[in-house]
Amino acid sequence: MLTAEEIGEIEHEAKNYPVRSAVTIDALQIVQRHRGWVSDEAIQDLANHLGVSKADLDSVASFYNLIYRHRVGRHVIHLCDSVSCWVMGYRQVREELEKQLGIDFGGTTADSRFTFLPVVCLGCCDHAPAMLIDGDLHTDLSPGSIANTLERYL
Amino acid sequence: MLAIEKPLTGNMRGDGSPVDIDAYEAGGGYQALRKILHGMEPKQVTQEIKSANLRGRGGAGFSTGTKWSFVPLGPDVPNPTYLVCNADEMEPGTFKDRLLMERDPHQLIEGMIVACYAIEGDVAYIFLRNEYRLCAERISRALAEAYDRNYLGKNILGSGFNLEMRLHISAGRYMCGEESGLLNALEGKRANPRLKPPYPTTAGLFGKPTVVNNVETLCCVPHIINHGAEWFRALSHSDDGGTKLYGVSGKVKRPGLWELPMGTPVREILEDHAGGMRDGLKLRGLVPGGASTEFITDADLDLPMDFKGLAKAGSRMGTGTMIVLDDNTCPVGMTWNLMQFFARESCGWCTPCWSGLGWAERLLAAMEDGNGEQGDIEKLEQLAKWWSPGNTFCALAPGAAEPLQSALKHFRDDFERHIREGHCPHH
Ligand SMILES: Cc1cc2nc3c(=O)[nH]c(=O)nc-3n(C[C@H](O)[C@H](O)[C@H](O)COP(=O)(O)O)c2cc1C
Ligand code: SF4
Ligand code: FES
Repeated sequence: MLTAEEIGEIEHEAKNYPVRSAVTIDALQIVQRHRGWVSDEAIQDLANHLGVSKADLDSVASFYNLIYRHRVGRHVIHLCDSVSCWVMGYRQVREELEKQLGIDFGGTTADSRFTFLPVVCLGCCDHAPAMLIDGDLHTDLSPGSIANTLERYL
Repeated sequence: MLAIEKPLTGNMRGDGSPVDIDAYEAGGGYQALRKILHGMEPKQVTQEIKSANLRGRGGAGFSTGTKWSFVPLGPDVPNPTYLVCNADEMEPGTFKDRLLMERDPHQLIEGMIVACYAIEGDVAYIFLRNEYRLCAERISRALAEAYDRNYLGKNILGSGFNLEMRLHISAGRYMCGEESGLLNALEGKRANPRLKPPYPTTAGLFGKPTVVNNVETLCCVPHIINHGAEWFRALSHSDDGGTKLYGVSGKVKRPGLWELPMGTPVREILEDHAGGMRDGLKLRGLVPGGASTEFITDADLDLPMDFKGLAKAGSRMGTGTMIVLDDNTCPVGMTWNLMQFFARESCGWCTPCWSGLGWAERLLAAMEDGNGEQGDIEKLEQLAKWWSPGNTFCALAPGAAEPLQSALKHFRDDFERHIREGHCPHH
């Protein structure tokens, strides 16, 4: 079941569009903000609420990189793997992250502390390599700076 | 005079904080809006933008005034007409629109209001990529300020002109930047592109006339209205009007972003502004404007960075933010990274794109790992040909062909050496 709060937020966003189903992507993001991810049950509940088919909604949800159809950790790391970061040492930073976390892209640590994902160019290529943790930008990364940065996310 | 030579960035604050509405107004902000509301017809506004030779800064360089002139005007047009600001900025290597939105959100909002007036727009959306959180915060605040002072909303400044403006935050996919994919995303669907024609200017968002423009394009608009088309053309060193935000990333001394006259030579941007290559490194080549543009080399550095100039080297200005390849970095590896991006972001609609990109990515991965085979280079060339314009539904695949084809041409020895020696010489 969607919560009253979720429904309130979805209906608020729906006012921005002339067609109700247009709020779909906002609605997915609202549910994810509240629950951390979008489960099969949530897809079904949202489909009912929006009056769209479950299959359509699922195909929309899985199309977008930032909608999680699997449970994620408490903190999500998005490491930029696009070209400027690649030139500036992304591979060494990725190796260090893999070593510290013990997981590869797509993985979640056993204690559910971190999920580790790649992301397209974060638009700070003049301060590459770059990553986001829970949406906070970290730039000019080097393997040596990783441990300190991770410590801030418990 | 600085503010005049650098209309887009001259008013920005040194400390990184945004120009708020009072500071924006003190710098001449919302004067362009007053000027059009009380003395220009929509068609005159479009004409001014057309004479200014403003070309779209999203990558394709289409004339902005011409695009606006395709929108049907008058009382018989089915309402509403839409403007969408393309703030998706996901082209790898591109970092210009973020600065404009973070540091001077009202400049974009005023540009959008003027654009809406010209196309008789009723509703405007800013389509923003999810990762740009600071932009979202600052745009939301600026929108509230603009509503507060009746620059948005009903009967704007008593003129009878109404406009609603909304911020939409994307859930992330490169295809959302392609204008018809963007319209589908705004309608709550997958961001697959649409068949054209009809073009969005006649049947776009929710089937209604729609203009899609890039952030930087729209930011130029208030300045053209304030100072005139002739002034805007004179800012430029070339036929394309205005200034341009040029960026450099890669192993140069001072990576960064600068507002310079349109048509500034590549060499000046690379050497005077970015400080040239880091000590001990040499330039091998660069992609001039994001991942979807052809590599150019040393021989092309005196070309002007504008839409026509780079065509002489078989390339394009794209977004104007260049990515530099140094002699210590492997061109095969860089090409592999680019193909990996395109393969992952392909929307899966057409076979040459989704299937071909995956194949190209695997061939290059094998080559980097020392498992390349005779004939792989020819296969890659063939794949790039499959992606030429007309063979696919949208410009993603042709965009992927650009760096691939040019890398195979300019760095052929490196590709051959990987295959011959069975390893990457840079590892
Ligand atoms: C795959 C793909 C991604 C694109 N991404 C963007 C983008 O992020 N921002 C943008 O302004 N234009 C992008 N474009 C170009 C748009 O389709 C469109 O041409 C542009 O927004 C028009 O604005 P302009 O005329 O002001 O340049 C993209 C095109 C393609 C094919
Ligand atoms: S070219 Fe690629 S991204 Fe574009 S429509 Fe075809 S499959 Fe989708
Ligand atoms: S390539 Fe990583 S931030 Fe642009």
